Amino acid sequence: MIKLKVNGRTRTFKGAPFTRLIDVLREELGLTGTKEGCGEGECGACTVLVDGAAVCSCLIPVCQADGASVETVESLGTPEKLGALQEGFLKEGGAQCGICTPGMLMSATGWLRRGGGADAASLRCAIAGNLCRCTGYQHIIDSVVSSVKGRKRARR
Amino acid sequence: MTPAVGTNVLRKEGPEKLTGRALYIDDHKLPGCLFGATLRTTIPYGRLKRLVFDPAFPWKECVVVTAKDIPGKNEVALIEHDQPILVDEIVRHPMEPIALVAHKSRARAYEALKHIQAEYEPLDPVLTMEDSLAVKQAIFPPSNVFKDILIQKGDLESGFTQAEVVVEGEYRVPWQEQAYIENNGMAAWVDKDGTIVVLGSMQCPYYVHKSLAYAFGKPAEKVRVIQATTGGGFGGKEDYPSILAAHAALLAIKAKKPVKIIYDRPEDMAATTKRHPAWIKHRTGVTRHGKLVVQDVEVVMDGGAYMTLSPVVLSRGAIHAAGPYECPNVRIRARAVATNTPPNGAFRGFGAPQTLYAAELHMAKIAHTLGVDPLTLRRINVLKLGSSTATSQVLRESVGAEDVLERCVVKSGYVKRRIECAQHNRDPKSPAWKGVGLSLIYHGSGFTGAGEVMLASQAGVALDKDGRIRVLAASTEIGQGTITMFAQIAADALGLPVGWVDVETPDTSKVPNSGPTVASRTCMIVGELVRRACLDLKNDLATVVKGGVPRSEKELRRAASAVCGKAPSKEYIASYEKPREIVWDDKAYRGDAYGAFGYAAIVVEVEVDKATYEIKVDKVTSVFEIGKAVHPLLAEGQIIGGLAQGLGYSLMEDPVYRNGVMVNAQLTNYILPTSLDTPPMDIEILEKPYSHGPFGAKGLGELPMDVPGPAVAAAVFHATGRWIPELPILPEKILKAFSHDQAKG
Repeated sequence: MIKLKVNGRTRTFKGAPFTRLIDVLREELGLTGTKEGCGEGECGACTVLVDGAAVCSCLIPVCQADGASVETVESLGTPEKLGALQEGFLKEGGAQCGICTPGMLMSATGWLRRGGGADAASLRCAIAGNLCRCTGYQHIIDSVVSSVKGRKRARR
Repeated sequence: MTPAVGTNVLRKEGPEKLTGRALYIDDHKLPGCLFGATLRTTIPYGRLKRLVFDPAFPWKECVVVTAKDIPGKNEVALIEHDQPILVDEIVRHPMEPIALVAHKSRARAYEALKHIQAEYEPLDPVLTMEDSLAVKQAIFPPSNVFKDILIQKGDLESGFTQAEVVVEGEYRVPWQEQAYIENNGMAAWVDKDGTIVVLGSMQCPYYVHKSLAYAFGKPAEKVRVIQATTGGGFGGKEDYPSILAAHAALLAIKAKKPVKIIYDRPEDMAATTKRHPAWIKHRTGVTRHGKLVVQDVEVVMDGGAYMTLSPVVLSRGAIHAAGPYECPNVRIRARAVATNTPPNGAFRGFGAPQTLYAAELHMAKIAHTLGVDPLTLRRINVLKLGSSTATSQVLRESVGAEDVLERCVVKSGYVKRRIECAQHNRDPKSPAWKGVGLSLIYHGSGFTGAGEVMLASQAGVALDKDGRIRVLAASTEIGQGTITMFAQIAADALGLPVGWVDVETPDTSKVPNSGPTVASRTCMIVGELVRRACLDLKNDLATVVKGGVPRSEKELRRAASAVCGKAPSKEYIASYEKPREIVWDDKAYRGDAYGAFGYAAIVVEVEVDKATYEIKVDKVTSVFEIGKAVHPLLAEGQIIGGLAQGLGYSLMEDPVYRNGVMVNAQLTNYILPTSLDTPPMDIEILEKPYSHGPFGAKGLGELPMDVPGPAVAAAVFHATGRWIPELPILPEKILKAFSHDQAKG
């Protein structure tokens, strides 16, 4: 039996240990916010945080996450109460069709939490593993920058 | 009331998308749902002799569908009914669907496919445009030509007599994959009353509706098509969902259960539509000073194995093939031909990025031949108010070509940067060459020619008894901002806050047919219908509200109840009416091809590494004239995203075909621009209102796709002195151009 902490809640999985993490999240736990775009770790739409590190959940067998803490987009906020990063995306046009958005949000969350730079050049590196076909990335970068500024303002 | 149009109201469906709550088709849980998988052909051309089912496999667990199970006609209803839903005898391309399997486990459905053997009698395929034109095999008898278009203006012969300099050029563009991050997917089930329902990722619910009713022999009201949240389209979900919906419905009918088919990336990339490859030849006569005298253009596009949308893609490509310039003598001949490859289809720009790439790079070549700057050449010939286009359309209003060109030149410092880069290139110690390229395009908004009249679109607004206002249109939100933009237009037309307006889900049982979500038409054409319908609702409200306009939601509720009476809601529907001055002759291919054009100019700066020939885009400056930006932030998002796709088309996206099928059908080796490949872009929007667009708006979505290709190619020429007349411009091609020059000594 595999034990995971998903979005702060302890969950168990009794299926095949090599089931992909994305399938466990989407099909067993009903967390469909995590998206599959390519199934080979190229597009990053399935990005989640495993013990704080941004990883492609389509490449990770669930057994590899045994005992780990997994965070998905569902942990960041709700439509009624968006998180700061989500607010930034809403205000600056960071989401268009929205399919890459959960992965983008998780990559950016992992990056900022580890103390990664919040300037445009650093952020372009931070999300280089997440493909977006709609935005040309500029508004995504603006969104993250704006959310960080917003948070700093709130702290003052 | 502060107007909503022209402001950046928050994206209406944004919060759901940002929290994982938005339900894309693969996220929908349907009770008892089976998963469908598709058996596909592996040869480009031949006869399907039989299907052999492995007797050792437990077929009882599965539902299997072949062509024999199709109750109506085995035809996808599009322009021509030449494409079967499932192959019954003749195979016309690789990856063509032959059989469908459904199973309650997704993995087992795919496993089952491995236990079906298709036996073929192969025929000699036609795999290139050249072989198709030479009729190596008549795969679309007699000539293999799906559509042949001739546009004529003035007199070609006298034009070439007057010309002082003649410049020729030949250009090629490849396929391009739409590469939406959500693959195609569809679910289907049958309601208790026998209605076939499909729910899925799509751009055009009524296209799917029409083809399902036809294939299943059902009356319109017994077919219901609902759009799920859709993860990008770019044209790739324009016609393909029709065949996919038929597959899901066939399985659901036979299984008597809901069935979902979700393609994986390799299947989606290899089987579904792509941008048409094309070759384009230009022969242009000019005066010594650069005035265009005559343009002779030949266009050939590869339609793939079935007609699908090729005639209309070709039409848009042909009409834009002369570029945004005035020339008295023009001939454009364009043909779309058949090959034994998967059908090519819609992709943002719809034929125009191909022909505009050639037209604009050819302008750079003419300028070079004459020894004038490409900017000067464009200034001499650019379309102005009162100019006449290649189809002899006289531009009567909202002509922004000169404006975008001049603004972009100033904003980018084009003139100074051209000189600086030329100076830089004289330094032999520098590791890279630098270049600056310019391009200017126009793009018609809405369906071509009589297209909008034939579509006869309808859209409207409903007022529910409880005071809810719903915009009614089948135009889909695929990321571009349809929902938000409709709400803004409706709110301002009604004089009410934008937060009071909802937009109904595109569901054929709830919304009228506002036409397909394509051709930069959703805002300009459908938005105007929404605006007009709202004016009728506004008039009704005025009769029951003191002061004419409800000032609170409570007042609106009271008014709604008075307007609706006993009915649960009242609908106001507007139908498309052709502006009187638009006249198009489809036989002669002459006249007002579009109600209005949008305009864009771009200046691109590149660096080319002298050792590796790697190309880096340093700077992009682009200016757009779109009538009115209903939502400036969304408009800018469309522009930057479209330019990024155009940069991908210019520099890296390269589908490799072998034996009629794409062999790099993965995101591992079909390279898309990442955040590091995409430079920051400096964008500006200009507004010259169009009288028939809502609040002056024209089309926008496709414009940005047209501009980067020729500008990048021109910049590479400026940097290296080498013409690379074929996209994508890969380092290998530059190397080849240099080696070729060396070989020549």
